[in-house]
Amino acid sequence: MISLPVLAFYLFAAATIGAAVMVISAKNPVHSVLWLILAFFSAAGLFVLLGAEFLAMLLVIVYVGAVAVLFLFVVMMLNINYEELREGAQSYLPIGGLVGVILLIELIMMGISWQFGADVTVNAAQPTPMLTEVQNTEALGRVLYTDYIFIFQSAGLILLVAMIGAIVLTHRTRSGVKRQSIARQNARRPEDAYGLVDAEVGAGATIPTKKGQGERP
Amino acid sequence: MVEAFFEWFPTTWLGMFFGVEQTALFYFIAIVAMILVIVLPLLIAVAFTVYFDRKIWAAVQMRRGPNVVGPFGLLQSFADGIKLFLKETIIPSGANKVIFLLAPMITFTLALIAWAVIPFGEGMAVANLNVGVLYILAISSLGVYGIIMSGWASNSRYAFLGSLRSAAQMVSYEVSIGFVLVCVLMAVGSLNLSDIVVAQQGSILNWYIWPFLPIYVIFFISTLAETNRPPFDLPEAEAELVAGYQVEYSSMAFALFFLGEYANILLMSAVMAILFLGGWYAPLEALDFIPGWIWLLAKTAFGFWMISMVKAFVPRYRYDQLMRLGWKVFLPISLFLVIFYAGVMMYAGWLPK
Repeated sequence: MISLPVLAFYLFAAATIGAAVMVISAKNPVHSVLWLILAFFSAAGLFVLLGAEFLAMLLVIVYVGAVAVLFLFVVMMLNINYEELREGAQSYLPIGGLVGVILLIELIMMGISWQFGADVTVNAAQPTPMLTEVQNTEALGRVLYTDYIFIFQSAGLILLVAMIGAIVLTHRTRSGVKRQSIARQNARRPEDAYGLVDAEVGAGATIPTKKGQGERP
Repeated sequence: MVEAFFEWFPTTWLGMFFGVEQTALFYFIAIVAMILVIVLPLLIAVAFTVYFDRKIWAAVQMRRGPNVVGPFGLLQSFADGIKLFLKETIIPSGANKVIFLLAPMITFTLALIAWAVIPFGEGMAVANLNVGVLYILAISSLGVYGIIMSGWASNSRYAFLGSLRSAAQMVSYEVSIGFVLVCVLMAVGSLNLSDIVVAQQGSILNWYIWPFLPIYVIFFISTLAETNRPPFDLPEAEAELVAGYQVEYSSMAFALFFLGEYANILLMSAVMAILFLGGWYAPLEALDFIPGWIWLLAKTAFGFWMISMVKAFVPRYRYDQLMRLGWKVFLPISLFLVIFYAGVMMYAGWLPK
C-alpha cells in the first residue's frame, strides 16, 4: 500500500500542475487568478511535506494573502473583452515559448547540479544547523541574519526603491482638488460651525455675516 | 491529547474493529474524530454566540432581545438556522454559479480550519504546529477570498463594492496585526501557540496584557476590522450597500457566511486570550484545579463580550477614516512599538535564549 506522505505528495503535485495548466488555459482571467491561488496553495502543501513549514506559511501569507488578492482586485475591476484578448495570443507564442524553454533549461541545469555538484551531497546530508536540533524558522533566521545579512538587506532595499519608484511614477499632483485635513477637522468645534439666534416673533432674525459669530440681533 | 488519544483509541470498540494499530486508516479515523471533537462544539458555540451577541446588544439599548423561542430565547439561533435551511437557495441569473456557491463554503471552511492549532490545554491541540502563529495569520489572510469571490460572482454592484472594501480593509489591518504578533513573538522566542501560553505561566501578573497593553489595544481594534465587525463593518454597511457582499445570498449560502463570520470572531477572541490573557492558565494559581480549557473558554467569552459591546455603542466609521486609521495611525505606532519593545528587551536582557 502507498504510504500517506507519498499519497499526499502526489495529490499536491497533481493539484499544482493541474492548477498551473488551468491558469494559462482558462478563458476568464478571474478564473485564471483563482487557479493561480490554488497552485500557490498546493505548492505550500509541498513545502510542508518537505518539512519547510515556515516557507509554506510565508508563501500563503505573502503570495496568496496579499499579492494574489491585489491581482484579483485588478482583474475583477477591469472590464476585459475576452474574445479580443484571445485574438492576438498566437503572435505571442514564439516569445512565450522561448521564455518557457529558457526556464525549462535552467530548471534542468539546476537538477543536474543538484545531482552531480561537488559539495551538494555533503551539504544536503548535513544542513547547517541540523534540522533535528533547531526549528525551521530559527535555522533560516540564523543563516539569513548572519552570513547573508548584506544580501538580505539589499534585497529589501531594492524592494523599497521599487515601491518608491512606483509611487513617484504614478503620483500626480492635481490642482483644484479638495482635500481634507484631519487635524483641522478634529480641531473644529460646534461653535465654529453654527450659532443660535433668538428670533423675535414676527421680526425675523438677522443672519450673522461671519461664520461662527452668531451674535444676537 | 494526541498521544493519549492514540493510546486510548485502540481499546475502544471502533479501534478493536479495525484491529491493527497505527495503520494509515487508523490515523485517518483518529484525526477525523479529533476534528469532530473540536468542530461540533464550535458550531454549537457559534449558535449561542449569535444569541449572546443579540442579547448584549439588546441590553445596552434597553431592549429585551430574543426571548420567545425556548427558555430565555436560548433556542433562537437554532430556529433561525432551521428557517434558513428550509428556504430556497436563489442563484442570480447573471451570477457565476460555481464561484457564487464556492465563496460561502470557502469562508466557512477557513473559519473552521484555523481552530486546528488553538491549544485548549497543555498539549490539547489538533495540530501543535511550530509555526502556529503564522498558520493563524495565513488562514485569516485567506478569509478575504470568500468575500471577494462572492462579491464578484454575484454580478451586483452593491456586492462588488462591499467585497472591494472588505479586501482593502483586511489587507490593511493585517499589516498592523503582523507587527503586533512580532512584538509578542520577540518576548516568547517561538512561533508555537503552546509556547506562547507557557511563557505566561503563573498568576494574572505574568500575562502579556500588562507589558503589552498598547499592543493589546491595537490588536483588539485590528481584530474588529479583520472580522468586519462594527464599527468597521463597512463591507456590509446596510445604509449604503444594502448588505454588501451578502446581498444576493439566501438560505444556507447566507447561513454559511454568517456562521463563518462568527466562528472567525470567536477564533480571534481565542487568539487574543492565548497571546495576551494567558491562554489556559488560571488568573490565580490557587484556581489551577479548574481544567485549562474552561479558562480558555472563559477568556474567549470575555474577548467576545468586549467585541460585542463595541458593536453596541460605537457608530460606524467612514471608509476613508478607516483606511487612515489603518495606514497612518496603526502602522506607524505598531512599527514604533516593535522597535521600542525590541530595544527595551535588548538592553534589559529579557530576550529569550
